[in-house]
Amino acid sequence: MSLRILAAAGACALLASACAPTSSPQSASVATRPAGVNCPGGTLKGEGASSQKIFLEEMVQAYTRICPGTAVEYTSSGSGAGVKAFIGGAVDWAGSDSPLRTKAKDGVVEADQAAKRCGGNPAVNLPMVFGPIAIAYNVDGVDQLNLSPSVIARIFDGQITTWNAPEIAADNPGITLPAADIGIFYRADESGTTENFTEYLAEATDGAWPHEPAKAWAGSAGEGKEKSAGVAEGVLTTRNSIAYMEWGAALERGLKVAAIDGVTLSGTTASAALEAAEVTGSDGDLRLKLDYTPGDGAYPAVMATYEIVCSTGGTNPDLLRDFLTFVAADQTQAGVSTLGYAPLPPALRDQVAESIAAVR
Amino acid sequence: MSNQPEIQSTSRVGDVLFGGAAKIASGGIVLIVLIIGIFLLSNAWQPLLDNSANFFTSTEFRASTKPPRFGVAALLWTTLLTSAVALAIAVPVAIGLALLLTQYVTGRVASAIAFVIDLLAAVPSVIFGLWGIKIFGPAIQPSAHLIENLLGWIPLFGDGQVASPGTVFTASLVLAIMILPIITALTRDVFAQTPRETIEGALALGATRWEVTRLAVLPYGRSGAIAAAMLGLGRALGETIAVMLILSKVARFDVSVFSGGETFASIIARNAPEFDTPYKAGVYISAGLVLFVLTFAVNALARVVAERGKAKS
Repeated sequence: MSLRILAAAGACALLASACAPTSSPQSASVATRPAGVNCPGGTLKGEGASSQKIFLEEMVQAYTRICPGTAVEYTSSGSGAGVKAFIGGAVDWAGSDSPLRTKAKDGVVEADQAAKRCGGNPAVNLPMVFGPIAIAYNVDGVDQLNLSPSVIARIFDGQITTWNAPEIAADNPGITLPAADIGIFYRADESGTTENFTEYLAEATDGAWPHEPAKAWAGSAGEGKEKSAGVAEGVLTTRNSIAYMEWGAALERGLKVAAIDGVTLSGTTASAALEAAEVTGSDGDLRLKLDYTPGDGAYPAVMATYEIVCSTGGTNPDLLRDFLTFVAADQTQAGVSTLGYAPLPPALRDQVAESIAAVR
Repeated sequence: MSNQPEIQSTSRVGDVLFGGAAKIASGGIVLIVLIIGIFLLSNAWQPLLDNSANFFTSTEFRASTKPPRFGVAALLWTTLLTSAVALAIAVPVAIGLALLLTQYVTGRVASAIAFVIDLLAAVPSVIFGLWGIKIFGPAIQPSAHLIENLLGWIPLFGDGQVASPGTVFTASLVLAIMILPIITALTRDVFAQTPRETIEGALALGATRWEVTRLAVLPYGRSGAIAAAMLGLGRALGETIAVMLILSKVARFDVSVFSGGETFASIIARNAPEFDTPYKAGVYISAGLVLFVLTFAVNALARVVAERGKAKS
């Protein structure tokens, strides 16, 4: 018996990582009840973007731990489906990769329809879930990689095709890169991640990215894979490959992530980029215009996603206000970077909290 | 004499009931096929009229541009290539297995082997897809590279610009495994029905096992084996999830088996969550229409071939 314990201890000493308490990256637990959270109880329903799924699942778990007997459901069926369900009155709020459209598409203005659903009151877009876009790569022996936006654009458009190209070497002095072809992965399905990534490339590179930003990938190189999981698995199993993906997908698989212009991706650097974002909405609506060249110490490729709620006149306003107050609370936000999301910067957090408090 | 009217009357009721039911059933099937055809055509009609690329020769497929630009050439090639390669691999193996099970081993060993093959048919295609891209694909990559190096001068085996195992080659091999059980099961049943007298007659004349197989069993089962292969082909043409998970989408069309691509079924499945307007859905449904016609043509061809095989034997 004692021998067995000794042997186990010995094995632990040899394989320290194997014996560490297994903590999944998805554990942004909040122990105490943040100020302003009152737990009114009931059932709350949301639907929308799959990019918010991991984030909201964790939030729901933490909230229902603090407020037992409350049920919050989030169905991740896609932004479009979420907005449709919200307008149709089937859910209390929608999660979306983009704010409600204020211009007509197919003869329909989303913002007007949403206002009708809210009894004539405007629906507001609250930017609460920020997913940094990671440039993940798999190159043997290269643990640190730095890329400038124009190099990223030219790699993903197939103009730079080998790892030892002089352009990449110029960004990485002192690092030996292999003379191998670059394998590129992109999202084969239409996705908000692709749209945000190409928007970033188009704005940050001054013409190095020649394509129009869109949900469907327009680059002329690489291979398309199914959803974030397919892309991330592609990088994991293919040597000398690179891809863009939600940070969470890279974290989950332990993929190496490149720095952009010398700034490594972390909750802090991504959050710093959000401080440069400009709020273009008014009257509680907080739609954002992101700044893709935010300057020193900020990781620029960040995607802002929204919670769409009725400012007044929605269903279940008390529980919705309470839940969102919990999500926006400082102590909750502190843990989101372990899930692969960027925390709300303080100034924006205060604005979001103000809009939430006005929900009736 | 006195019994005859009675027999006639009962048989007439049976005739009417059974005949009517059979007619309704077959009429219903034809009606369903027609309705599907009309549904596909009516949905695809407007996008097809607006299409600014050549529907049959373009390799582009852009549903969101205005007007849409889409053609089925690349989809048709990838669909036919994956299925053809899968069939070319699966049919010989399936016939070999069927002969083994009916002519060479019997009893418990045969049923054990048959059981294992039937198990393959019960594996869901999503499992085949995940296994194909995560385990099987990386495992066969060295052989893929070997073929590419040896035969790369032939465009069909050229460098397809795909770094991952998500190639037509991997997809074809996985499809071959997926259609193996159905082809094996059907050909086994046909071979097993080879008349005992024919086999024993051949043996009595001093034929070896191989000669019996070649002269008695194979000619007898030829048309059945062809029909089985066509059923397998039908499954390969329409396979969706496994192909979608394995195949990488590529920006430039390439005829090589070491390139990626999309099949009719996989492109529809992949884009279905983003069908935000009926018009956009119509663009993809036009691809579905071609698959519908293609499957129809393959089945018709199979009937002709099977009929001919029967006449010869």
